[in-house]
Amino acid sequence: MMKKSNKSLSKVLIASVLIVAFSFSFSGSVWAKESSDATEKEGGSTDFIMHHIADDYQWHIITLGHTHVTLPLPIIIYEKGSGFKFFMSSDFYDADHNPIAHEGYEIEHGSLHATGEEHHAFYDVSITKNVASLLLSIVLLLVVFLSVAKRYKQGMGAPKGIQSFFEPVIVFIRDDIAKINIGADKYERFMPYLLTLFFFILFNNLLGLTPGAANLTGNIAVTLSLALFTFFITQFNGKKAYWTHILWTPGVPLPLRPIILVVEIIGIFTKPISLTLRLFASITAGHIVVLSIIGLGFILNSLVVGVVGTLFSTIITLIEILVAVIQAYVFTLFSSMYIGQAVDDGHH
Amino acid sequence: MELLIPDTGLFILQTIAFFILLFVLQKFAWKPILSGLKERESSIENALASAEKAKEEMEALQSDNQKLLAEARAERDKILKQAMEVANNIKEEAREETSKISEKMLADAKATIEIEKKAALADVKNLVAQLSLDITEKVIRQELKDTKAQQALVDEYVKDLNLN
Repeated sequence: MMKKSNKSLSKVLIASVLIVAFSFSFSGSVWAKESSDATEKEGGSTDFIMHHIADDYQWHIITLGHTHVTLPLPIIIYEKGSGFKFFMSSDFYDADHNPIAHEGYEIEHGSLHATGEEHHAFYDVSITKNVASLLLSIVLLLVVFLSVAKRYKQGMGAPKGIQSFFEPVIVFIRDDIAKINIGADKYERFMPYLLTLFFFILFNNLLGLTPGAANLTGNIAVTLSLALFTFFITQFNGKKAYWTHILWTPGVPLPLRPIILVVEIIGIFTKPISLTLRLFASITAGHIVVLSIIGLGFILNSLVVGVVGTLFSTIITLIEILVAVIQAYVFTLFSSMYIGQAVDDGHH
Repeated sequence: MELLIPDTGLFILQTIAFFILLFVLQKFAWKPILSGLKERESSIENALASAEKAKEEMEALQSDNQKLLAEARAERDKILKQAMEVANNIKEEAREETSKISEKMLADAKATIEIEKKAALADVKNLVAQLSLDITEKVIRQELKDTKAQQALVDEYVKDLNLN
């Protein structure tokens, strides 16, 4: 008993330490903002939350006093007519971390703008903080699952190590998500997509909870991209029964058909939108809550609020870990349900 | 509000990256993992099925043995019964034979006794007859000493003859 409670206590302590480290990584910016924006509107400190949640051209790790420890990231611009241009994000900031113009471009309010008189049409495909995090997660996913796959290639045997950790999850996705919602005879084709989707979301949700990390799955561009994958897979695999149901819903009286048709067609598009917004909102909201509670201590300038807030945000972070798993599950579950509806033969 | 507007660059890179991830994982991770899982599951299923089969075979064998044992026991009982019957028969026959022989011996003895008895009786009869003759002769001799008696007797005989 004693040992168990000690163990759980130490877990809470570790989590608290992580949270403190997490809060340190932006506390400096809070103070900095406090001092510089003192003359500006009250409660301007919430800016750091938005700054933390939004994408960035550099990876801000920690601020010690007035020194910003940042990881400069490459900036890639595709300019119409002149092709790709490569810079480093450090080119766009001076020694005091103020934005400066560089070769006709500058970073303003978190996005890249052309400064010159003549406006080139350009596409910004920079390796931003989110993209760097995306690449990191991909490397992690590849390392983990290629090493898991290696165990299966070695022939049969009881699961070992990392394999025994992921195998139940894979089997769960196969048996309790794909097989049930898509059907035992058709699910196999969609397994690679569903597995990749689940683990991509799970890994990035969890990575997003680590101190100083990017907020990839809380970014609407990412969730939209994932939702569109599901959307296109669903439409391209739509069988006759699926399209009949949408275009000529059975059992509907003729005068109602136009209305039902409109509703069904809207329904096709609400599915990816709901997928996009659900993941984006739940992850972003979790980050905002954690940051707000920690920020409270700095805004109110109170040690007590800071300590209580840190403990409280520890609990919120633990819930966030749960949310990270649930959202990965929900996104995969709904994707397989939509695919299941599309591939259904119409035999009920 | 900025949060709700998808960034084009990130969207493009995310799509490409996810596509590559999907492709690589499908080819090098999910395929071996899923087929390995399937293989393992089917082999476990097969192993379980063959274990079940072996158990059934064992049971069948056991019941066969039981049957064989029962048959052997029945056979033994039958043989024993037959042997007993045969023995009984033999005993019965022997007894019958014995009784027959003794009966015959008894009958022979009786017959012999009868014959002996008859012979003895005949002897006795002869003896008695001889004796009677002797006695009669003596008596007659005695009686017929005088002629009167002889006449009387002859008369008597004649009388009898006349009557006839």
